[in-house]
Amino acid sequence: MNTMSNEQDDGIRPAAENSATAVQAMNPVQSQPAEKPIPQAVAKAAPLKQKVSIRDLKFYYGDSLALKSISLPLYAHRATAFIGPSGCGKSTLLRVLNRMYDLYPNQRAEGEVILDGVNILRREQDLNLLRARVGMVFQKPTPFPMSIHDNVAFGIKLYQRLPKAELRDRVEAALMQAALWGEVKDKLNASGLSLSGGQQQRLCIARTVALQPEVILLDEPCSALDPISTAKIEETIDDLKENYTIAIVTHNMQQAARVSEHTAFMYLGELIEFGVTAQIFTSPEKKQTQNYITGRFG
Amino acid sequence: MANNLAIDNVGQESAEARLAKALVGFKLRDNAFRLLTLAAAWTVLILLGGVIASLIVGSLPAIRAFGLDFLTTEAWNPVTEKFGAMAPVYGTIVTSLIAMAIAVPVGLGIAIFLTELCPYALRRPIGIAIELLAGIPSIIYGIWGLFVLAPFLQEHVQPGLISTFANVPVLSRLFAGPPYGIGVLTAGVILAIMVLPIVSAISRDVFETVPAVLKEAAHGVGCTTWEVVRSVVIPYTRVGLIGGVMLGLGRALGETMAVTFVIGNAHKISPSLLSPGTTISATIANEFTEAVGDLYTSALIELGLILFVITFFILAISRYMLMRLHQREGR
Repeated sequence: MNTMSNEQDDGIRPAAENSATAVQAMNPVQSQPAEKPIPQAVAKAAPLKQKVSIRDLKFYYGDSLALKSISLPLYAHRATAFIGPSGCGKSTLLRVLNRMYDLYPNQRAEGEVILDGVNILRREQDLNLLRARVGMVFQKPTPFPMSIHDNVAFGIKLYQRLPKAELRDRVEAALMQAALWGEVKDKLNASGLSLSGGQQQRLCIARTVALQPEVILLDEPCSALDPISTAKIEETIDDLKENYTIAIVTHNMQQAARVSEHTAFMYLGELIEFGVTAQIFTSPEKKQTQNYITGRFG
Repeated sequence: MANNLAIDNVGQESAEARLAKALVGFKLRDNAFRLLTLAAAWTVLILLGGVIASLIVGSLPAIRAFGLDFLTTEAWNPVTEKFGAMAPVYGTIVTSLIAMAIAVPVGLGIAIFLTELCPYALRRPIGIAIELLAGIPSIIYGIWGLFVLAPFLQEHVQPGLISTFANVPVLSRLFAGPPYGIGVLTAGVILAIMVLPIVSAISRDVFETVPAVLKEAAHGVGCTTWEVVRSVVIPYTRVGLIGGVMLGLGRALGETMAVTFVIGNAHKISPSLLSPGTTISATIANEFTEAVGDLYTSALIELGLILFVITFFILAISRYMLMRLHQREGR
């Protein structure tokens, strides 16, 4: 623990701090939910800024090509949905964005993924720092074997040494953002594993948000959840857009339509169509997209 | 009852009767199965009870002769028939502690390397090598310890230990005296080598039960491999790890042949780890054949009883620790 905080003091891992100040600057907006702008309205008002831009990305599992030259942007403060039948490469694409694939041998990516002007696929990219900036929520809830409080505080403590009270505030804020605070505020010391599936998933979102990343990747976050939990998480995603750039993989068309501003339809490792969500769902340009959305294949 | 039903409908066996018959058959077989497994469970208890009873009966003469003094007496004199268990008990505990102090960190290190860091191509060969190490008979460790390890420690390690710690207050007592080669420390090192495969194989197996997605999640919040292991992998597998360590400790406590070869078999307690000592199992193995007289034999059996009790308590303590862990985690 000591060495970690030292590194941070020396400025070796500065970005987590930068983003921390950035988010703190935005906090006033959060505290006044009445003024919260409707995301669709913002989409028209503010010019779109590319947070991440994927260029000519190819991905290999061993010798097999899983992504065939994908190029698309992720816009800042927008949610981009990835839809397509199983095995089309959506999750693979997500795993490239925080280089999770690096944990496994024989998996490699070619091309460029530019995050704020820097190619994160370059060899000298610090992976721990990248993953702190690009958070991920998985298909199944993955609470760590520790208390609810520690689950959320865990990531923060890796990068910052905070006084206990401040840490508690950060944990509370993260749980609030994940719409879980009300349900767990009286049992923060209970095991994270004692929560229900939906609560665990929101705990994982809180854990990701607590790090104050810049991009949040959601890999079918609601596939194991009931409709009520799903609705809560969708609300959470909507709120998160204010501060974060979101990429969400989903098998649920309605969910994609509800939470995202842009949608990418993928099929067999290729990007078939990318565009504004409303347009993809009402008048897609490609026949394949239309067939998939209307349930005629896939 | 079942037969009556069947006979009544023998001429025109309706579907209902056939079903009833089948159900009775199921019930009979299920009962037989239940009785069989119950008998198996009882067999274990009866065997355990038998072992305890015969140990107690066998050690009665010694218990009557020495009482509780047996535990606090260091002397072991077959000629005057004066026996005390303190030296072997001390030797058993100290050699086991040395073994665990070496084997647990190294074993965990091996397991972590194998599951988290090792290139895939090397995983199987190293894993198999560890399992082979576990399969080597203890007599082989014994002769290897006596002819290779003990002279090596005597020439290259023990003189260094003695001179290094000569002026350090407590450690100078622990590493004092002439380097015999054989002794408590050597026995501990041999035990560590023997326990190592158990600890590392079990830890590797339990580490592999950690879901990949949980590790990915930990990497996903920016953890290094060390942080993933420390904060996620080890807490997740704690129960299994404690079980593995306890199994290793059980083997270290009871291990006989290898220890008998290298411990020096001296019935005395000396503060120095380099001096010869003895353990319970080494004493029993060494002296049972030459034990003349009822009291001598009985004293050896009482030693066995003490080893039994020590092992029992270690198991009980580990169970208790696990229970407390569960309670704290609210599972």
